[in-house]
Amino acid sequence: MIRIRDLVKRYGTITAVDGLNLDIEENEVFGLLGSNGAGKTTTIHMLATLLKPTSGTATVNGYDIIKEPSKVRSSIGIVFQAPSSDDMLTGYENLKLHSMLYSVPRHARENRITEVLELVGLLDRKDDQVKTYSGGMRRRLEIARGLLHKPKVMFLDEPTLGLDPGSRETMWKYIQTLVDEQKVTVILTTHYMEEADMLCDRIGIIDKGKIIALDTPAGLKAGLGGDVVKLRTKDRDVDRIVGQFDFVQKVEHSDGLVVLSVKNAKRALPVLLQHIEAESAEFSSPTLNDVFIQLTGRNIKEAAEGGFMERIAQYD
Amino acid sequence: MHSTIREFTIEDRFAKIYALWLREFKVFLREKSRLVASTFTPILWLFVIGNGIGSANPSTIGGVNYQQFIFPGIVSMSIIFTSVFFGSYIIWDRKFDFLKSVMVAPVSRGEVFVGKALGGMTNSVIQAAILLAIGAGIGIGFTPLSILQTIAVVLLLSFGLTSLGLALGSYMYSLEGFQMIVSFVVFPLFFLSGALFPLSHLPSWLGALTAADPATYGVSVMRSAILGIGSEAIGVNAAILVAYTAGLGAFGIYSFGRMKAV
Repeated sequence: MIRIRDLVKRYGTITAVDGLNLDIEENEVFGLLGSNGAGKTTTIHMLATLLKPTSGTATVNGYDIIKEPSKVRSSIGIVFQAPSSDDMLTGYENLKLHSMLYSVPRHARENRITEVLELVGLLDRKDDQVKTYSGGMRRRLEIARGLLHKPKVMFLDEPTLGLDPGSRETMWKYIQTLVDEQKVTVILTTHYMEEADMLCDRIGIIDKGKIIALDTPAGLKAGLGGDVVKLRTKDRDVDRIVGQFDFVQKVEHSDGLVVLSVKNAKRALPVLLQHIEAESAEFSSPTLNDVFIQLTGRNIKEAAEGGFMERIAQYD
Repeated sequence: MHSTIREFTIEDRFAKIYALWLREFKVFLREKSRLVASTFTPILWLFVIGNGIGSANPSTIGGVNYQQFIFPGIVSMSIIFTSVFFGSYIIWDRKFDFLKSVMVAPVSRGEVFVGKALGGMTNSVIQAAILLAIGAGIGIGFTPLSILQTIAVVLLLSFGLTSLGLALGSYMYSLEGFQMIVSFVVFPLFFLSGALFPLSHLPSWLGALTAADPATYGVSVMRSAILGIGSEAIGVNAAILVAYTAGLGAFGIYSFGRMKAV
């Protein structure tokens, strides 16, 4: 559905996107995960024909983003980082406007508007001006707008940025509905790990304009070497005992704790506790954040916050 | 392998322009304060300056009193201010990302420009219509021909100057920057147009500047149509006004074409 080939975007001496190659398949939910300034939005803007690449190209729905921008635009829907509807108009009026910009056939317009409003749960608010909507409702209206013309590809650029936790979860629910009910390929950018983990079939971790890891969420986490079990014990024989189990991949001692890497902590822990006299035991599964830290040496939240403040400054 | 996207018909293209125009018109109707504020200033000029200067100088110009003389000028003034100011809305559209949402749609820059320009033009025309109605109240005698001529001038001048405002706005990224346009474009267009004084006895440097002002031809043609002053040159002035309007429209389309989307 999307083929990206050697895509580069430079701003003066800064390289925002650095020779990107990526294939995204039909009906896939693909997550571009990275801190702010990693090149996620720049990539999306190029794929959406809003920005000309410095070099390289891509095809979206089989159309070249440089040679056939109008066809690319007809093929895609997009939800920008900041809501972009006219807040003097009602939700319905915004959708009507865009249905005409996208040449949705006249006889199909009303039905389609009702359909997408229903999908995002805004049908009862359609005749209210957008300025009376909450942040979450505005985002949902953007999703509805992006779906009006039945696009093949839907771009969601940080769809939950700046939303409170409740609205974020509602938004996830609607994105999930979108994925389940509309036959559409979704490209989502985010710096929220749990968002990527929950919604995406595959994730590309992008850092300094390059894809540095590409796999399913489970695959990325498995790459870290399984779960971790931490035991506190006075048993001096612990190394010998755990050594006899195949599922234990690594043993380390730190801060008086025995730290074990195991394939499946939920199954390993009861077995271990049968053989070892432990004062306390805990286990954890790796998160995408652990993956990110291992790949970049930085925590994505810290990396993100700097960028977020910059963006606030930019809007002032 | 991909589904084929159909080519757009003429009807599709008109629908896009209509949709963009309709949005401007709805916003205009919902922001009544805009209309009230921008109609009040010309009325103030017409009655305060018109009567004030008129009473200090009771002689007539071309057979009409001063208030009547400046009437076409004040109608033009309202068009100049509203039309050029409308250019600032493209900066608002950009600031609130609305522009981006339009640019990512399969709409050409020319269509975006025409829809927006027609929207701005509509605002100016509505204000001009209010002022023309007031004109009837201060003793301006309209004939069917003069009304038709006046409508033509109002349409041309408001489209041309809205194009100018939008073109200038497309190069700017801050509303503060647009304030410069007021000092360096709006006021010169107004003062040099002959809205407030006859152009026949000006020093040559000032005459040259007024000749370069597109609004001059709007004022002249309207004055000829409504008051019968300078009617011998109405054809030439009308032709120059049409040429200016076309030129400014082309400048607007060109400027929108090179405007950055993000």
